[in-house]
Amino acid sequence: MSNEATLHSQQEVMHGAGAHDHHDHEHHDSFISKYVFSMDHKMIAKQFLITGIIWAIIGAFFSVLFRLQLGYPDATFPWLESILGHWAKGGRITPEAYYALVTMHGTILVFFVLTAGLSGTFSNLLIPLQVGARDMASPFMNCLSYWFFFLASLVMMASLFVQTGPASGGWTMYPPLSALGDASIGSKIGVDLWLTSMALFVVSQLLGGLNYISTILNMRTKGMSMTKMPLTIWSFFFTAVLGVLSFPVLLSGFILLLMDRHAGTSFYLSDIFIAGKALANEGGSAILYQHLFWFLGHPEVYIIILPAMGMVSEVLAVNSRKPIFGYLAMIGSLFAICILAFLVWAHHMFVTGLNPFLGAFFVLLTLLIAVPSAIKVFNWITTIWKGNIRFTPASLFSIGFVSTFISGGLTGIWLGNSSIDIHLHDTYFVIAHFHIVMGVSAFFGMFAAIYHWFPKMYGRFMNNTLGYIHFWITLVGAYLIFWPMHYEGMAGMPRRYFDYSSWTSFNQFEGLNQFISFVVIIVFATQLLFVFNFFYSIFKGRKLTTMNPWKATSLEWTTPINPGHGNWPGEIPEVHRWAYDYSKDGRDFIPQTEPIGPNESAH
Amino acid sequence: MDTAVTAKKKWWAGGYSPFNVNYGKLMMWYFLLSDAFTFGALLISYGTIRFSSPSWPDPNEVFKSFPGMGHANLPLMFVSLMTFILIMSSVTMVLAVHAGHHRDRKAVAKWLTWTIIGGIAFLSCQAWEWTHLYHEGAWWGRNPFANVDGTVASTNFTNFFFTITGFHGLHVTSGVVLNIVILINVLKGTYEERGHYEMVEKVGLYWHFVDLVWVFVFTCFYLL
Repeated sequence: MSNEATLHSQQEVMHGAGAHDHHDHEHHDSFISKYVFSMDHKMIAKQFLITGIIWAIIGAFFSVLFRLQLGYPDATFPWLESILGHWAKGGRITPEAYYALVTMHGTILVFFVLTAGLSGTFSNLLIPLQVGARDMASPFMNCLSYWFFFLASLVMMASLFVQTGPASGGWTMYPPLSALGDASIGSKIGVDLWLTSMALFVVSQLLGGLNYISTILNMRTKGMSMTKMPLTIWSFFFTAVLGVLSFPVLLSGFILLLMDRHAGTSFYLSDIFIAGKALANEGGSAILYQHLFWFLGHPEVYIIILPAMGMVSEVLAVNSRKPIFGYLAMIGSLFAICILAFLVWAHHMFVTGLNPFLGAFFVLLTLLIAVPSAIKVFNWITTIWKGNIRFTPASLFSIGFVSTFISGGLTGIWLGNSSIDIHLHDTYFVIAHFHIVMGVSAFFGMFAAIYHWFPKMYGRFMNNTLGYIHFWITLVGAYLIFWPMHYEGMAGMPRRYFDYSSWTSFNQFEGLNQFISFVVIIVFATQLLFVFNFFYSIFKGRKLTTMNPWKATSLEWTTPINPGHGNWPGEIPEVHRWAYDYSKDGRDFIPQTEPIGPNESAH
Repeated sequence: MDTAVTAKKKWWAGGYSPFNVNYGKLMMWYFLLSDAFTFGALLISYGTIRFSSPSWPDPNEVFKSFPGMGHANLPLMFVSLMTFILIMSSVTMVLAVHAGHHRDRKAVAKWLTWTIIGGIAFLSCQAWEWTHLYHEGAWWGRNPFANVDGTVASTNFTNFFFTITGFHGLHVTSGVVLNIVILINVLKGTYEERGHYEMVEKVGLYWHFVDLVWVFVFTCFYLL
C-alpha cells in the first residue's frame, strides 16, 4: 500500500474527528434519526437491550408453559386454551405445541436474548465509551446490524402465528426431521421462516462483529494500548472474532438445508421412509449437518458467556475496590478459550455415530477448556478476596455468576468424557449442565451489567431493594430448578419428552417435577419484577448527581451524565494507565486519564 | 494527533490504527476471512459427501463441451477459458489499484472497465455452461451422469456443483455490481476530490478473494 494514500486517509480520520467536535451544538436530531434509525452506539445498545428484554419475556414465558405440562401432566388449565387456541385443546398443551414451545424457547434464549440482547447491547454501549472513541468505526453498519436483527425478530415472531406453527424439531434443527415437511407439522413453513430469520440474524451478527473488531483495533484513544483496555473490551473482541468466524459456517449449513427442503437435493438425506413410503433421496449425511451446526454451536456458547465474563471481571474489580487479579492471565485465558472453542464441537456428537477414535481427541480438547476456565474462576475469587466489597445488586449478580459458572462448569467435565456422555447424553443432566453454566450464568452477567451501567445509559439508578429481591429469588430459584435435574438425568430421564407418567421408572420424579415447575413460576414472576424496575427506573429512577457514581477508573465515567452523540464534549481524553488502579498508594481509585506521577510506577 | 510516520512510533499505543489502515479496509479483511469460512464449510461438506460415496462421475466426461463446437470432445477446455478470463480480470484489477496509487483517474477507469468486462464475460460463460448442463438433464436433484466405474451416481454430484458454483457466481455478480458503483464514482471524480483511491483497493481485495475462491472451486469440481 502506498504511503501517500495512507497519509491521506489518516488526514481524513483527523478531519472526521475535528468535524465531530463541533457536532454537539450544531446538529438537531429528528425523532426518527434519534430513536429509530439512530447511528449513535448508545441508542443502538438500548434498542438491542429492549428488544432482547421483550424476547426474554416471551422465551421465558414459553418455558413456564411447557413446565406446566411437565409438572402437572394430568391437570387442565382452561386459560391455556384461550391464549393458545387449538394448541391447547381442553386446557392441556398438545404434544405438537409442546415441541414448538421447547424449540422456540431454545432459539429465542440462545440467539435473540443471550447473543443479540447481551453482546449486542453491551458491545455497542461499552466499546466506544471504554476505548475512548466518538462512536463505532462505522455507525451506519451498526444501525444496519440492529435493523437486520429487528427483521430477523419479525420473521421469527411471524412464525409463531402461522397455521402449522413454528419450527419444532429442537433448537438445533437437525435433519432429516427439519428437512422434510411431511415428517411433522412443525417441519412445514415454520422451519422456512426459522431459517430465513436465522440467516438475517447471521447478517446482523456479521455487521456488528466486523464493527466491534475494527473499532477496538483502530479507534482506541491516544495512550489506550491493548493492555490498558478493561477486560470487558477484550471479551467483546474475542466474542466478535468467534462470531465472525463461526456464524458463516452455520449459514452454509442452512443454505444446504434450505436446498434439501425445496430444491430436491439430498445433502443431508439418505435412505428415509416416511409413513411406510421410501424417499428417493440418497447419498447424503445427516451427521454432516451436525458438524456444520456445532462448528457454530459450540463457539456460540462462548459467544454467550465471554461478554458476561468480561463484564463480571469489571464489576467485581470496581466493587471490591481492588485491581483485577491476574489481568494478563485473564486475557490469556480468554484467548485460550477462544481458540479451543473451535476445536471441541464434536463433543456434542459423541453418540451420533462419530468415530470413537476421533471422539478421543475431542474429549482431550474439551477437558483442556477446564484450564483457562479455572484460571478465570480463581482470579475472580482472588479479586474479591479481602476486598472492600460493596454489595450492590451488580456485584451480587457477579458473585452469583461465579457461583453458577463453577457449579455448572464442573458437570461439564463429566459430560466432556465420551464414556460418561453415553449414559448422560440427552438426559436432564445435560439440561441442568448447560442451563446453569450458560443460561443462568450469562443471565447473571447480563443482570450485573444492566444494574451497573444503567446509570450510564439513562442517567438514573435502578431501584436497589427490588434489585436485591430479584437477585436472591433468582439465585435460590435457579439452583432449586436445575439442581434436581441432575438427579433426574443420572436416573436416565430423557429430555424433550412430552409426558413421563407412562414410564414407571420416572414416576418417582412426579413430585420433583411439580416442585421444579412451581419454582419456575416464582422465578418468572421475579423476572417481571426486574422488567418493571427497569422500565420504571428509566422514567422515575433516582437521578444521577455525579459523573462517576461507582468511583470507577474506566473512561465511560468521564463522559457527561447524559452524553450526546460523540460522547465527550471537546477533546477525547488521553489514557495514561490501566483500568484497575484501585486502592493504590493510599488512594481509593485513580482514573485512567490521570498521568503516572513522578513517584509512581505503572502497574 | 501526530501523523508523522517515524520508525519509533508505538503502533499499538492507541490514537491511530496499529496496521496503518483505515477501518474500512480492516473490515474488508475480516469480512473476507469470514466469507472464506462460508466457502470452506461448503467445500468441506462437498468433500465429506464425496469421500463417503463409493464412486463419483468423471469431470472429463461431464465438462467436455465448447460453445459452437458441436459434439467435439474437448475436456475442460471451456472451464480453462473461464478460469483464464477470471484471472485476467484480477490482473486488470491490480493495474486499476496501481493506477489509483498514482491518482491517475483515466487509467483507473480504464482498468476497472476491463475488470468489469472480465467479470461479465465469466458470468456469461457460467450461464452458458449451466444452460448446457441443464439441457443434458442435469439440475438440482437430477443427475444424468454415471459414476466413473459405470454405476448409477447419486444426485449429490450435481447438487453440490450447482449450489457451490452458484454461490460463487453470486459473489462474482455482487463483485461486478460493486465494481460498477466504484467506476461511476471514479468517473464522477469522487475519489479525486477525496484525495485517494482507497475504495478501489477495497473492492480490489474483494475481487481477488472471489478469484481465489474460484481456484479452489475449480480444483474441487473440475480437476479432482
